Amino acid sequence: MIGFQTLLYKEVLRFWKVGFQTVAAPVLSALLYLLIFSHVLDARVEVNNVRYAAFLIPGLVMMALMQNAFANSSSSLIQSKVMGSVVFILLPPLSYIEFFLAYMVAAMTRGLMVGFGVLAVTSWFAPLTFVAPGWILAFAIIGGGIMGSLGIIAGIWADKFDQLAGFQNFLIMPLTMLSGVFYSIHSLPMFWQKLSHFNPVFYMIDGFRYGFFGVSDVAPMTSFAVVGATFGVVALTTLAMLRSGYKLRY
Amino acid sequence: MGVAVSISEVVKTFGSVRALDGVSLEIGEGEFFGLLGPNGAGKTTLISCLAGLVRPDHGRLSVMGCDVRNDYREARRALGVVPQELVFDPFFSVRETLRIQSGYFGIRNNDDWIDEILANLDLTTKAHVNMRRLSGGMKRRVLVAQALVHKPPVIVLDEPTAGVDVELRQGLWQFVQRLNREGHTVILTTHYLEEAETLCGRIAMLKNGRVVALDTTPNLLARFAGHALHLRLDNEDCLPAVLRASATNANGYWIFPLAACDEIESLLASVRQAGCTIRDLRLTQADLEDVFVGVMHGANAKALA
Repeated sequence: MIGFQTLLYKEVLRFWKVGFQTVAAPVLSALLYLLIFSHVLDARVEVNNVRYAAFLIPGLVMMALMQNAFANSSSSLIQSKVMGSVVFILLPPLSYIEFFLAYMVAAMTRGLMVGFGVLAVTSWFAPLTFVAPGWILAFAIIGGGIMGSLGIIAGIWADKFDQLAGFQNFLIMPLTMLSGVFYSIHSLPMFWQKLSHFNPVFYMIDGFRYGFFGVSDVAPMTSFAVVGATFGVVALTTLAMLRSGYKLRY
Repeated sequence: MGVAVSISEVVKTFGSVRALDGVSLEIGEGEFFGLLGPNGAGKTTLISCLAGLVRPDHGRLSVMGCDVRNDYREARRALGVVPQELVFDPFFSVRETLRIQSGYFGIRNNDDWIDEILANLDLTTKAHVNMRRLSGGMKRRVLVAQALVHKPPVIVLDEPTAGVDVELRQGLWQFVQRLNREGHTVILTTHYLEEAETLCGRIAMLKNGRVVALDTTPNLLARFAGHALHLRLDNEDCLPAVLRASATNANGYWIFPLAACDEIESLLASVRQAGCTIRDLRLTQADLEDVFVGVMHGANAKALA
């Protein structure tokens, strides 16, 4: 248990020491998104009877949360692999479960901190409601967990920084950007609406947004079931990789 | 004396390369054991198998009686490894690094022992310095400190003095020898053969993933070369063919290998009888380098394998 706690502490300390880059910068990016999009669209667009700026905020919060959860575990692992310091966590008697939990919870922690930061900064620009805080918290935690686990997979799989960038740019970014952060999928043509239903990130954003406004494209329970199943698949895949020693123990 | 490390029939293949080809070794508790071999011989792979970083295709390894695979937690607790590569985590200071490493091994509040290690490795003044700001030698010391935070009964040093200045080498060896005297088993791989000769009680030599020599250091030295008599003669051509056959010529000296020192008198008598005048004479003792070169070139390897 001390091993897990130490690895978690080390992972949190790692990103906290460069907090300007890992927490403050993504908050600023999200704020810029809000300022630009709300300036252009707020007066003209309403989604499900919600002003566009207010509609956008939960999406931005969740997007920043997920992207930073992914970035935390993936960048930490690729850095320690490339620099060779991964040996310091492979030599001690840490189990693969402790390894997984420490990296995932640390990623979740950074994601939640960034998400809270984005919410705190952007909430000044539009009136927000918190209809179902339980759903907000549940989707935030499980979304961070999924992306933290995916970050572990990517960090272990990638041998070089450009491979990790490929994973991030060609998988995580499209899944996030095309998930309904900036729009309701009901505004899309039928084909894209149907395709969006195969994107698990859509359910994370939609369920998270339900917690604020009480309206969503899909029932929150359905979204939670999809997100929970996604978490189960990703977590089990990560655990199987760690257990086998894939690209860590040869 | 109990067994600290047991390695039995270990085979490891990377693609078409057989890095370890049936290595078997037993290292007793409290030994200072040397693992020698040229680059690519399999030393680091063997150590990595012991540390659980590499999984062997075949064979068993245990540390202090704990199987490195099935009982990996206890095996890793019993082992402290100083890796060959100069690696560090750039986010933390020296003390943070050592506290974190202690935590990985399940130890909290380890500052008393950390202070002692820092003092012994002359790192006390660097305790709060970030790892990035340390020189290569200092980083090497921290690697040693990291391997010792959990007071492992078995310490593995994989070429710890590569690229390190003389002062640190001496300080490091004094500290490691003290740990050995206190009962820690030490396994050392090094390219500095004089270090292995001075420090190690027993030595294994690896070549192409196989143990080609395994004996106590004095036995290895005695078995391979003994002494050699170097003679510079007034006239090189005066040496009869029978004596030339038993000698080699290098830099103007005839070098006669001797199994024992009592052969000197009869050799000198033969040289005098041949009418040769000796201008210079030197008696040398074989060192580990001679043994190493002999083994790696196959001389006597068959007898020792």
